[in-house]
Amino acid sequence: MSRREKNWWIVGGIVIVIYALFPIAWIVSLSLKAAADLNNGQFLPSDLSWENYSLILTGGASDLFLPALRNSFGIVLIATAISSVLSMFAAYAIARLDFPGKKLILSTALAVAIFPVISIVTPLFNLWRQIGLYDTWPGLIIPYLSLTLPISIWTMSAFFREIPWEMEQAAQVDGATTWQAFRKVIVPLAAPGVFTTAIIAFFIAWNDFIYGISLTSTSAARPVPAALGLFSGASQFVEPTGAIAAAAVVVTIPVVVLVLIFQRRIVAGLTNGAVKG
Amino acid sequence: MTTTTLPPGERTEPKSAPPQEFTDRARSERRLGWLLAGPAFVVMLLVTAYPIAQATYESLFDFRLTDPANRSFVGLGNYGVILTDPLWWQSIWVTVFITVVTVAVELVLGFALALVMAKALSAIRPVVRAAILIPYAVITVVSAFAWQFAFDINSGFVNSWFAWLPGVSENTDWFGDRWTALFVICIAEIWKTTPFISLLLLAGLAQVPEVLQEAAKVDGASWWQRMRKVTIPNMKAAIMVALLFRTLDAFRVFDSIFVMTGGANGTESVSFLAYRQTIARLEIGLGSAVSVLLFLVVVFIAFMFIKVFKVDLSQQRGDQ
Repeated sequence: MSRREKNWWIVGGIVIVIYALFPIAWIVSLSLKAAADLNNGQFLPSDLSWENYSLILTGGASDLFLPALRNSFGIVLIATAISSVLSMFAAYAIARLDFPGKKLILSTALAVAIFPVISIVTPLFNLWRQIGLYDTWPGLIIPYLSLTLPISIWTMSAFFREIPWEMEQAAQVDGATTWQAFRKVIVPLAAPGVFTTAIIAFFIAWNDFIYGISLTSTSAARPVPAALGLFSGASQFVEPTGAIAAAAVVVTIPVVVLVLIFQRRIVAGLTNGAVKG
Repeated sequence: MTTTTLPPGERTEPKSAPPQEFTDRARSERRLGWLLAGPAFVVMLLVTAYPIAQATYESLFDFRLTDPANRSFVGLGNYGVILTDPLWWQSIWVTVFITVVTVAVELVLGFALALVMAKALSAIRPVVRAAILIPYAVITVVSAFAWQFAFDINSGFVNSWFAWLPGVSENTDWFGDRWTALFVICIAEIWKTTPFISLLLLAGLAQVPEVLQEAAKVDGASWWQRMRKVTIPNMKAAIMVALLFRTLDAFRVFDSIFVMTGGANGTESVSFLAYRQTIARLEIGLGSAVSVLLFLVVVFIAFMFIKVFKVDLSQQRGDQ
């Protein structure tokens, strides 16, 4: 590559970084504007102000935001854990064992993945009201499985196919049962793939909005995206822009941290599940 | 042959074990297979097949949750009501518009991003990769708010930055008009989902055999010729998978519309229409019928992709 060409690719890289971070920079900047400064028509605040953060973390909006944050973390982590365990077993069977119905399971996962969420919400809304799951944690954890399970099964089976399975056979030759070989040999080898899949599942469940607004009505179970979307401010005369911006920054922090730490794995997981096999 | 691909034999595919006899071991393997995969399978069916069956059933009734006593069977009546209602067709066209515009732009933009990432020097690659993952990982609602506030007539900076453009001024109300509102919605969707496409395309780029590129270069093919005759044909599968997933995803657009316009000014998508009927108006019968119709449209799109464009997912996704 010539020096000139090299410089162009570097410029391209910088453009990508600006593209990706610009809206994030904007929402951070907005969250640091004082109420009087919100409509200044400028990108940057005239003066740094933490008032929006104190509003959502300790002030008037905290009884809306903090329970939502707790709900989001709790519901999403539980849903991710359940779907990771279920798909770990399923993916092992698909990658390793020979049994009829493998294709059926993968096709079902695919069909569920393309399913329009709103088509599930309508009947669940009705059913959850009848059986008392409306506005509860399990009432969201269960539908979240429909978001996280399919991608977890696909991604994990792709990871599991790359595991050196001879080691499992070696263990079996040494007298281990199929189950022991799975637990003692394969689990440690498979852990990175499982972990990566769990991160992707976490992103997907963390992003949910439709279930959140449809299947909850109070802060008992309402997750952050839904609380943000329905947030209308302390009174109808106060525009909640600054508070929403601050809350948006707070909920973005966990995903940014995950991305920064695990970027290489996340890319491998996303592309493994979808393109390779 | 106008395109250049390696014969399939030269790609290394994992070979499945030779067919086993129906021994005890094979039988126990089958049992273990279903024992391990069964729970996930059952849960998936329960959380989707059951609701869609229930929705199909409920769509046959005139049923309002606030008035349960007057629930009555109307057969396909709800579908008749919807399909003759201009609101339904408007929401279909809005959804198709957003899907076509965003997917087309994302494909081109995503391809450009993938090319830059593929060429990016190893020193800056981690930075670029982390940056590109951020829009993917950010919540759609947050992205929608960021773009909404940017274009907002009060809190935004877009009007003052772009006042020199014809048609943009201090008082441009982007969300007060249908097409400008759809424009901003599309921008937000494109920003958020292009990274996913570009990562899939990047993986596809990596699978283009280097020998073919070199051979084309030696033969004096220009950059554009190599792109058209070697690179793109060899990553056709990755392109189709990315297209399929993004199209189906875009067709469900909801979050950005909810945040930015609340469906006002003719920006309602099909998902939004279904949501409004069921959750806001409690018209369970009508809402269920809209949901079922949306489901059928999505199945139809997937079917078209798989049959007409021959997207072979089982091969792609490695079903041995």
